[in-house]
Amino acid sequence: MENPILDFLYLICIVLFIIGLKRLSHPDTAKKGNLIAAFGMGAAILITMFYPMEGNSNNYLWIFGGLLIGGVIGYIAAIRVKMTAMPEMVSLFNGLGGACSMLIATVEFVNLPESTPMMSTQVVTIIFALFIGSIAFTGSIVAWGKLDGFFRDSLVLPSPQVINLVMLVAVLGLSGYIMMQPELNTTLVMILLVLSLVYGVTFVMPIGGGDMPVVISLLNSFTGIAAAGAGLIYGNQVMIVGGIVVGAAGTILTVLMCNAMNRSLINVIIGGFGGGGVSGASGREEVVKEASHADLAIQLKYSNKVIIVPGYGLAVAQAQHACHDLEKLLETEGVDVKYAIHPVAGRMPGHMNVLLAEADVPYPKLLELEDANEQFPSTDIVLVIGANDVVNPAAKEDTSSPIYGMPILDVELAKNVIVMKRSMNTGYAGIENPLFFGDRTRMLFGDAKDSLSKLKTEVGNA
Amino acid sequence: MEEIILFVTSNIWMFYILTFAIFLGMEVISKVPTVLHTPLMSGANAISGVVVIGAIILIRNASPDNYLMLSVGMLGIALATINVIGGFAVTNRMLQMFKKKKK
Repeated sequence: MENPILDFLYLICIVLFIIGLKRLSHPDTAKKGNLIAAFGMGAAILITMFYPMEGNSNNYLWIFGGLLIGGVIGYIAAIRVKMTAMPEMVSLFNGLGGACSMLIATVEFVNLPESTPMMSTQVVTIIFALFIGSIAFTGSIVAWGKLDGFFRDSLVLPSPQVINLVMLVAVLGLSGYIMMQPELNTTLVMILLVLSLVYGVTFVMPIGGGDMPVVISLLNSFTGIAAAGAGLIYGNQVMIVGGIVVGAAGTILTVLMCNAMNRSLINVIIGGFGGGGVSGASGREEVVKEASHADLAIQLKYSNKVIIVPGYGLAVAQAQHACHDLEKLLETEGVDVKYAIHPVAGRMPGHMNVLLAEADVPYPKLLELEDANEQFPSTDIVLVIGANDVVNPAAKEDTSSPIYGMPILDVELAKNVIVMKRSMNTGYAGIENPLFFGDRTRMLFGDAKDSLSKLKTEVGNA
Repeated sequence: MEEIILFVTSNIWMFYILTFAIFLGMEVISKVPTVLHTPLMSGANAISGVVVIGAIILIRNASPDNYLMLSVGMLGIALATINVIGGFAVTNRMLQMFKKKKK
């Protein structure tokens, strides 16, 4: 049964995973790191397929079938997905990994040898993998649905914290009850499975909009932990170490993301988002000023310094190329153009950098939050393109605002602020933005791509 | 109580490995520029598809006429492989863009 050479090869796979992850966290080595980890995974799969096992029937046809189907679907999905939809895709992939842990745990549970005592570490391990895998599965699906837009945040359960607590107690209680039975009760296992799946839904449902990236990262670490749990069932080293490393790394990444938004993880999970929803200035008659393309073009051409604040709206309109074109044109006119990137611009940290990189925007042009905030007071025009919550001054002033405390880009300090938006609708967090009513703010309504190319023509003519 | 002690002593290496793996995972990621958060999450996500190995073991141990188990196992392999292949491919796509910009 034991094969020292293959066991040693497993160790090499683990080392490859770790080197891969390490390299993935540095810009210069990231691409190689990804390939190294992928190579490690391929090797681990091959070793597992040909690891000698006693009295097994191999069933290679079924294995190849699964690998082929999954490989083709996964590859096509990865190639086809738009860069803007990347966070949803990652969430969906993650859910499928969780589903696999769930399936393994369920099958192993139902197939436990008759003599297995229920009160054993084996059963605890299986229940653990089943529970965590199920949450990762349905939770990721809900997160995917929310980002994709077919689950709206308005779909709120009544007092979600209570429901979640009750669900958690129910799951733990049922697990204990299953273990106290003299023998395996398949019906109870199925009820546990269903409860766990529902818990995944109720866990993510109340968490709203802006916090979704944090949740995806958290669910990602759940999938890792579930994989480790499944690994414990088989005593498989690669699964255990690989899963735990990913689980720990995912947790750290989750905390890093929370820090970027100045929110604690507990706050994200329990607090939910926008419970009060409508906060601040309502009832007052507010007036917005509108800008025209021609006026703005002239102003842009004769300013010294322009900072562009891109948001998800820019990504949705696929306007990153149009934006880069305008930027290049302004540069030839001697205008200093920079981009201010909020840590959570887009839908995920780093998402906006990927999108701008796709449009060939040079790296030195991207300013991080602190640098950008230093430069706003000396900026002639700030172009806010499809961003909303990340430039909402309510985060600084209005203690009742759900985004209070989130670091924002202080665009209101600039001499002029132009907000390009489709309409006056609220942003992803669903709250009013006092910036739009500011003295120095003008709105330019319409599709971002359309507006940007019009601006470019006007600047060329001016 | 005795059972717990027995369990701990017989699995002591497992506890060592788990503990070190947790610290390792935390250390590896501790310093990451925000730019890389999304690709890193996606890459880590692909690695969590390592659970595919469990599904392979499951199928290899199943008897050839247990079609229910074989089908569930195959479904598990397919799902986890989507996670693995899709995850690495998506990560690669994202990182390719950073490369292009460097030139």
